[in-house]
Amino acid sequence: MKKPILVAGATIVMLGAFVVGKNIYKDQQADKVSQIAATDKDSPFNRQDAPMIGTIMAKVEIVEFFDPACEACRGFHPYVKSVLNAHRSQVRLSLRYATLHKGSDYVAQVLEAARMQGLDIYLASLEAVLEGQPVWAEHGRPQPELVWTLLTSTGLDIERARREMNDPRILARLKQDAADMVKLDVRKTPTLFINGKPLRDFSPEGLTSQVANEIRIAYKS
Amino acid sequence: MIGESSSRQWNQFFVCWLIAVSATLGSLFFSEVMERVPCVLCWYQRIAMFPLAIIFTVGLLPLDVRCVRYALPFAVSGWALALYHCLIYLGFIPESLQPCTQGVSCADVQIELVGFVTIPLLSLLGFTFIIALLLAVRKGIKQ
Repeated sequence: MKKPILVAGATIVMLGAFVVGKNIYKDQQADKVSQIAATDKDSPFNRQDAPMIGTIMAKVEIVEFFDPACEACRGFHPYVKSVLNAHRSQVRLSLRYATLHKGSDYVAQVLEAARMQGLDIYLASLEAVLEGQPVWAEHGRPQPELVWTLLTSTGLDIERARREMNDPRILARLKQDAADMVKLDVRKTPTLFINGKPLRDFSPEGLTSQVANEIRIAYKS
Repeated sequence: MIGESSSRQWNQFFVCWLIAVSATLGSLFFSEVMERVPCVLCWYQRIAMFPLAIIFTVGLLPLDVRCVRYALPFAVSGWALALYHCLIYLGFIPESLQPCTQGVSCADVQIELVGFVTIPLLSLLGFTFIIALLLAVRKGIKQ
């Protein structure tokens, strides 16, 4: 009976074509992004006013488009932090807001207002907002005003943040991120780029190994 | 003589299976790799196409011609949905009659291969070939 072999062979060929096609497509997307990174005068990878965690001296930069209301961003955040902690002097993180969920633009504005009061307060607020995400970001019924209750122990001057969250600079920052999302074709959160290259394998291991690889390239002497 | 006709039927099913599996993988490529969100009509066509890949696999190993009975209703309903979708794409069915106004619009042409081949057209072609082959198998059984 040769028929089962024929079916099995055809299955392998079709699955193989899928995987090959996937790799070709991802390569093309990565090429497009690195083209933007290399030639665009107004490159989305060079946003000095975006929240930056880590030292400016670091030669490897992770750009993360995240949504404060997104569960996967919340889940992935500890892994991004542990990569930063593992390579403190070599890797920095540039955060961008991808406010895909209803209500998360409000929270992004709150976070940016917190950043005006210092990076430590910003980081504490970011943690509190992600930690308390189930409280304020229920799907279909988000209550972004509830984030204020989460921020009481972060050292944030809440009155001041409420006043400043509609600052034109903050709104411009968010608008810039939205424009960069279009430019880089960011459709889901979190979307990460490491030195201008899309994260190939969205998993903790994928992040660790791609960052390690970029460190090798950037610091080879 | 019986062996000959069953071998022909097997080949016809095999081609059906090839179409169904490649259509399934192709639609998964659009949604999972290229990250194009399927619209409602695309989902309905997937509901008709994905089971065909499984029905034909079962019907092939070993050959079971009765699977025409089970495959044909899926293929015909998928074909009707694909035709409807193509008519929306081409503008024969007006905006106001579109079933999907929220979320991803079914009228947005997201992908066009070699200029005019859209996803619903591929779907329509796939279902058409599957139906034609199934009818040929059925004719073979009756004779």
